Amino acid sequence: MDLILDGLIRALTLLARGDPELLRVSWLSLQVSGTATLLCLLVGMPLGTILALARFPGRSIVLALVNTGMGLPPVVVGLVVSIMLWRTGPLGQLRLLYTPTAMVIAQFALALPIVVGLTVAAIQQLHPKLRLQIVALGASRVQLIWLLLREARLPLFAATMAGFGAVISEVGASIMVGGNITGQTRVLTTATILEVSKGEFASAMAFSLVLLALVYGVNAGLTWMQQRNRPL
Amino acid sequence: MSEARALGSTIVGGSELLARSNAASLAEPLVEVRGLLVRRGKHIVLDVPHLMIRAGEILTVIGPNGAGKSTLASALALLERPAAGEIVLGDTTIEWKRGLLAMRRRVAMVFQEPLLLDMTVADNVATGLRLRGVPRLERESRVAEWLGRLGIAHLASRSSRALSGGEAQRTSLARALVLEPDLLVLDEPFSALDPPTREALAVDLVPLLRERRTTTVLVTHDRDEAFGIGDRVAIILDGRIAQLDTPEAVLARPATDAIARFVRPRLRYCAPDVGT
Repeated sequence: MDLILDGLIRALTLLARGDPELLRVSWLSLQVSGTATLLCLLVGMPLGTILALARFPGRSIVLALVNTGMGLPPVVVGLVVSIMLWRTGPLGQLRLLYTPTAMVIAQFALALPIVVGLTVAAIQQLHPKLRLQIVALGASRVQLIWLLLREARLPLFAATMAGFGAVISEVGASIMVGGNITGQTRVLTTATILEVSKGEFASAMAFSLVLLALVYGVNAGLTWMQQRNRPL
Repeated sequence: MSEARALGSTIVGGSELLARSNAASLAEPLVEVRGLLVRRGKHIVLDVPHLMIRAGEILTVIGPNGAGKSTLASALALLERPAAGEIVLGDTTIEWKRGLLAMRRRVAMVFQEPLLLDMTVADNVATGLRLRGVPRLERESRVAEWLGRLGIAHLASRSSRALSGGEAQRTSLARALVLEPDLLVLDEPFSALDPPTREALAVDLVPLLRERRTTTVLVTHDRDEAFGIGDRVAIILDGRIAQLDTPEAVLARPATDAIARFVRPRLRYCAPDVGT
């Protein structure tokens, strides 16, 4: 109990002091996971809408794969991305391994099925004839996708929260493709692991507290936006 | 007064009735359908060898459930690609692979459900104009005009989720009419409404269609609407247009026994005479 209390006090001290390493790691976490989530939304929402609307042979197989991807183990994603970016791998010449970009790629791969899967569900719960009505109003394909996404915005906010939650809290992929390098690829989750392995529970708790605060802050903002747009 | 007039008098006024068929009888064809065939799997659900709709007329389409009325409406609104046949709008034959969007923008459709978007009434009415890139000032002026014409100007800033059924359907009609389409397709737009609301909406809508000479296809399963509103009535049975003529002619001379049974039902449910 003393260990926890002591750790908490030291963590709060570090936070209050504005420890530079803590700030740098927190900012990088937000950058990497924020970018990955944003890219997922840009790609995943239109893709999910198309999957929800299109009818083609093997569609249920694709949907099953997407839904399986929603539970993709981060270490598997980390392994695949590492192989792809390894010096002798297919994309080795890009020299991205152990960079924040590699972490964004891994987190993107991790969150994409979540965003696509939840977008498919969100679009499919709209009135089946709404698509026809929007087309009848003279919408182009892009306009149709935009209006359907707009109509499904409440569950799509939930998809955004789920996607961000999955990537900000994952550790396996980030440590494999990022390498947990001080000042370069260390993020809140990998830093927490490192500190625990060194027995530095106060630092680990500080990182964890910031991680929780970050997740809460982003989700609180998204929840506010979601509820502001709630239909009557 | 003929039977068709008697049916129609509940929906449109007498002067309206006198004027209605004259407007369309000499008009040029706006839509021509040739050899239209729509399939669901192997089953043919609509087979229309020929159909011509004149500019400015109101063509009502009536038939039993599952006869193919809504399929015809969807095909005319260019939402349902037929297995065979062609649709000519104005002087353009529809090409389903090229230029479809531009042709679709000449047609507007209203469904049985209002299918409003989650936004204000004014924004809903403005949606089609916004999709067409109509400038803001013109958009606002046209939206205000049609909100007024449909009697819903006071609802402009209200959320679409806070409307009654009648208000929502008026919004849906305004959203279609504001586009000033060459062809307006109405797929049972009154059927989800209670009788007084339905009648009030029809009484407001029909004069607007006449005044603007909006070429309209009105699908309905209500005989009063079909014979009271239409310049011509198409009877659809089993995916085919079994008869197409003026309401008076259809009622006076049904082409087959099946049509006669459909348009002039003799079965009435009566309360038992219990004596008073």
